[in-house]
Amino acid sequence: MSQPSFPGSAEAASAASADSPNDLTVQDDTRAVDIPRHRSGGRGPVAPMGGGGALPPKRRFGAESVFRWFTTGAGTIVLVIIVAIAIFLIVKAVPAIKADKANFLTHFEWFPNDPTDPKFGIASLAFGTVFSSAIALVLAVPVALGIALCLSHYAHKRLANGLGFLIDLLAAVPSIVFGLWGRDYLVDPVRQLSGWLHKYFGWIPLFGSDGPYGKSILLGSLVLAIMVLPIVTSLSREVFRQTPGMNEEAALALGATKWEMIRMAVIPYGRPGLIASVMLGLGRALGETIALALTLGGGWAVGSDIIHDGGNSIAANIANGFGEANDIGRGALIASGLVLFAITLIVNMIARAIVYRRREFIGSAV
Amino acid sequence: MAKRIEAVGVTAYYGAFKAIDGISMVIEPKSVTALIGPSGCGKSTFLRSINRMHEVLPGARVEGKLTIDSQDIYARDVDVTAVRRTIGMVFQRPNPFPTMSIYDNVVAGLRLGGVRRKSLLDDACEKALRAANLWNEVHTRLNRPGAGLSGGQQQRLCIARAIAVEPQVVLMDEPCSALDPISTLAIEDLISELKNQYTIIIVTHNMQQAARVSDRTAFFSIDKTGDPGRLIEYAETAKIFTNPSVKKTEDYITGRFG
Ligand SMILES: Nc1ncnc2c1ncn2[C@@H]1O[C@H](COP(=O)(O)OP(=O)(O)O)[C@@H](O)[C@H]1O
Ligand SMILES: [Mg+2]
Repeated sequence: MSQPSFPGSAEAASAASADSPNDLTVQDDTRAVDIPRHRSGGRGPVAPMGGGGALPPKRRFGAESVFRWFTTGAGTIVLVIIVAIAIFLIVKAVPAIKADKANFLTHFEWFPNDPTDPKFGIASLAFGTVFSSAIALVLAVPVALGIALCLSHYAHKRLANGLGFLIDLLAAVPSIVFGLWGRDYLVDPVRQLSGWLHKYFGWIPLFGSDGPYGKSILLGSLVLAIMVLPIVTSLSREVFRQTPGMNEEAALALGATKWEMIRMAVIPYGRPGLIASVMLGLGRALGETIALALTLGGGWAVGSDIIHDGGNSIAANIANGFGEANDIGRGALIASGLVLFAITLIVNMIARAIVYRRREFIGSAV
Repeated sequence: MAKRIEAVGVTAYYGAFKAIDGISMVIEPKSVTALIGPSGCGKSTFLRSINRMHEVLPGARVEGKLTIDSQDIYARDVDVTAVRRTIGMVFQRPNPFPTMSIYDNVVAGLRLGGVRRKSLLDDACEKALRAANLWNEVHTRLNRPGAGLSGGQQQRLCIARAIAVEPQVVLMDEPCSALDPISTLAIEDLISELKNQYTIIIVTHNMQQAARVSDRTAFFSIDKTGDPGRLIEYAETAKIFTNPSVKKTEDYITGRFG
């Protein structure tokens, strides 16, 4: 941190007085302040840059204050928009929840459009959302971190740049494309994989179902995993790249192999950034709409099984149901959106807590 | 616990650029050898060739022969991590691992070597910190972050980390250049103590420091920028500073050059 040097500070003043025509012999700050303003010429055309005379008065409409008003204004607008959205959503959601004949939090099924007997609950949808996202992360994160480490520390620079570009391209593919691809081309391989998993690993509850297979949480999570992969990869590659070279050298000089060096210096240093990148990936997975609307089988079943046809998520349910929803149905979907928002918020808070807990060890890294 | 190092015609490159050319010198065990010379003359490069840290940089390579107790450091079948465990290094800027506590920093090398027993690690940590004259200042807060110490303490922590694995040789690349005068004195005292046990090679741009701490001094120089650095003179420190035999050395130490 370099000390900001004000015009008139001892250093600047003495430097300036050496070649300034009016010999003020300014020696220290206190004396400089005492000099009457009218002798300064602080804003005059011949004033030396270092402030040969007294300290000039603060300018009232400089770029500084314009910028401050601009940033404050921008911040306020964002806040106003967020509050307005929140109010709108709550106003729409509350009547629907009031009309609900079942418990909104614990009911599994979603039939809000029945004119006489609307019954809907978020339980199964929320479960499906979190479950499919969790599975997607379990599939994507190890692969993403592996690719990122390879790109940042193992691959030749040219190759790394090329591969990195490909990964970034993958991030640019619209989710509808992933959804359609998953529904039309990935579903058969997943059906076969499901049968194989059940045959050999059927004792694990995840693979307990004996069919039918296909449009299942496994398919949805696989597509999600592919969509999350580029985000997590490119962010964590940046994180890995930021490791200070001197920490890597310290590890190597202690006799670490490359992999030991990565475990000693690179990964711990990047941990907060890695958590952030995984959380961003999770955020994308939780909010993903159309790809899941196309690949999940639907329904309200809740269970540990991921290969049986079915599965649903809040966002997919909104996409599938908004078109034919009546007033209450729409309010119900908005209420489910609020729940999704709450889930995302909680996830983010947990991530922050994890980062915060080790802050004194990673102050330089965040 | 100290070994003799012999360099014969050591030449090091960064890609196509030859940074040092044909350095030959013998470094005696349990002594302090200072490397001095104008900046860019290859002191760091030579130092990093000794523990094979030079080759870490892409495109960097070393030619010639370097032996430690007549064992070739660059031989095909030599494990580079073993070389680096035998020849420890302290860097110009203090570089404790920012995510580790003081304790974890000190024992990092031992853990790498597979030591897991808590009692062994505790003993080694205390021993290394005492040897680095840091124990009294930190023993009450061993699990606090190492990066929270002052610059001088961090550098002594790095010295403790380097000697915790009980190397034979300790290389120091301008270890005091980022420190205040008091911390510098503390490190110089430490170097004088450490030489009872270790072979020490220290790069310094401070000639008083070289004169204070070293037994022998090697003067490196370059003819002009872009030329490789060469060893100009290597002798007892007293001789280099009072009666150098090469004119260039005399010019440098009397401040007429560099
Ligand atoms: N990483 C590097 N890549 C390319 N050239 C380097 C690198 N490090 C040092 N050099 C060059 O090698 C020469 C010797 O550098 P160095 O050993 O750091 O000198 P000294 O430590 O004596 O100041 C210099 O010309 C320097 O520019
Ligand atoms: Mg250097």
